[in-house]
Amino acid sequence: MSKDLFKLGAADIGRAIKESKLDRREVFSSFCERIDKIDKQLKSFVEVYDYFSYQGNDSSLQGVPIAVKDNICLEARRITCASRILSSHISVYDATVIRRLKKEGLTIVGTTNMDEFAFGSSTENSCYGPTKNPWDLERVPGGSSGGSAAAVAARLVPFALGSDTGGSIRQPASFCGVVGFKPTYGRVSRFGLVAFGSSLDQIGPITTNFVDSAHLLNIICGFDKYDSTTSKKKVPDFTKFLLPDIKGVKVGIPKEYYGKGIDPQVNSAIQETINILKKEGAQITAVSLPHTEYAVATYYIIAPCEASSNLQRFDGIKYGLREPSSDLLELYKKTRQEGFGDEAKRRIFIGTYSLSSGYYDAYYLRALKVRTLIKKDFDDVFRKVDVILTPTSPLAAFKLGEKTKDPLSMYLSDAFTISANLAGNCAVSFPCGFTKENLPIGAQLIGRAFDEGALIKMGFCYQQNSDYHKRIPPIALQ
Amino acid sequence: MVNKKIVDYVAALARINVSEEEKEHLAGQLSDILAYIDKLKELNVDGVETTRGAFSEENILRKDIVDDKKLSGSIMKNAPSQEEGCFKIPQVIE
Repeated sequence: MSKDLFKLGAADIGRAIKESKLDRREVFSSFCERIDKIDKQLKSFVEVYDYFSYQGNDSSLQGVPIAVKDNICLEARRITCASRILSSHISVYDATVIRRLKKEGLTIVGTTNMDEFAFGSSTENSCYGPTKNPWDLERVPGGSSGGSAAAVAARLVPFALGSDTGGSIRQPASFCGVVGFKPTYGRVSRFGLVAFGSSLDQIGPITTNFVDSAHLLNIICGFDKYDSTTSKKKVPDFTKFLLPDIKGVKVGIPKEYYGKGIDPQVNSAIQETINILKKEGAQITAVSLPHTEYAVATYYIIAPCEASSNLQRFDGIKYGLREPSSDLLELYKKTRQEGFGDEAKRRIFIGTYSLSSGYYDAYYLRALKVRTLIKKDFDDVFRKVDVILTPTSPLAAFKLGEKTKDPLSMYLSDAFTISANLAGNCAVSFPCGFTKENLPIGAQLIGRAFDEGALIKMGFCYQQNSDYHKRIPPIALQ
Repeated sequence: MVNKKIVDYVAALARINVSEEEKEHLAGQLSDILAYIDKLKELNVDGVETTRGAFSEENILRKDIVDDKKLSGSIMKNAPSQEEGCFKIPQVIE
């Protein structure tokens, strides 16, 4: 087995397995050895499984190892959402995306660390402790899919699944220097994804390159009768968009994403990205998304409101932690006090308050109306351009502990990713540079609803003209 | 803005106990967050429709046919307390 196997993309490994040049069990062992050696420093995995093979017939990704965020159900496996309230829970069924992975014969390596119930932007809210950024162990990998992003960046697995409600795939992808894709809302079934914000959540691929994103999207996208919010729109073969031809594609640069507060190094990296796209024939146009400054406030009402409702089920009765009591009401209150972490409690409180009598109109209903205005901004801009380009985050990865004392500053770091969840559009983050401290910088492309193809084409073209996505953190090369 | 009284009120609705020591800290954090969210009051939303879900707001129905896939065994394995195949809880009715 080649020492450089870990440098290969998922599609390349899949092809080699199909052509019998690699043995899937040896591929699995090779990655597991890396996890054993490197992950004690990163803590990106919650659980690593023993080898198990699923027959995948003719699939292009058969035998390729994949990691899955700890909020996606795998039958007969522990699922905890990085929360004490679920620490002993065994899933009773496979999520639809898992059924699809198994059908294609992928090898599921294990579950990855996350912010508890996906509440967070740093993976510091996990009951297992934080995951570290492979590029700098004193910094966060981003969140909430920090475990998946770190594991892929360190090449402990060729790719992984994450979930994105306000940026939880894209922001950690940006901090870790990998490609993180949030499909259009309704593209991927949420059946088996532990719900956070049901009108915002989407499962998506975290990969090292756009070829792998396309292959994985082909597997996980599609209508599902078990999730009534999935779209019946036909899913194209996303690999057909892997053509480096973006001549005449109109790229919108929204002025609201380029103001003050953005690290100058991030700005230069995006400028360089714009130049590369221009050189390849894209037409760059200035546009405006006027309600951008209201996106964080809108999200931090809607998401906690939906979360407070979705988390009512964790009550100590049917599953999870139970703090015994002779009184039912006390049982609920003590269980939830003991079981939920601080950020989970904060969000439940904000959501419950905003939905309560007397506040419902002023907060929740108002936020739903602003959501309409934000969505309309995107619809208007997409009449003029085909894709929108922004930084994924105003900054590169911050230090562990830097934002934990100030929840609001943590929320504001999501400012650029949140709008795509509110509007439902697809969006992707990809590596577009490094700071002088050798920290990855991410660029974000936002596309029309159901137009993941346009993002894949542009991202693929970009990656034919740059090599930031090929850089591997030193810890992964030890 | 958010004081201990409001924390108590919301805690009761959310069914979460909060210790006395935590209440003031939580009240402070919630006040900061809600003060920021008040930004939305700057906007005129008269006549604007709500958007609850990204694309479609139609109800999807299915036939009322049971398809339980015989999961009750594995479901009960996760039960904190059970008796005769039922979830066991503190007495509710006198």
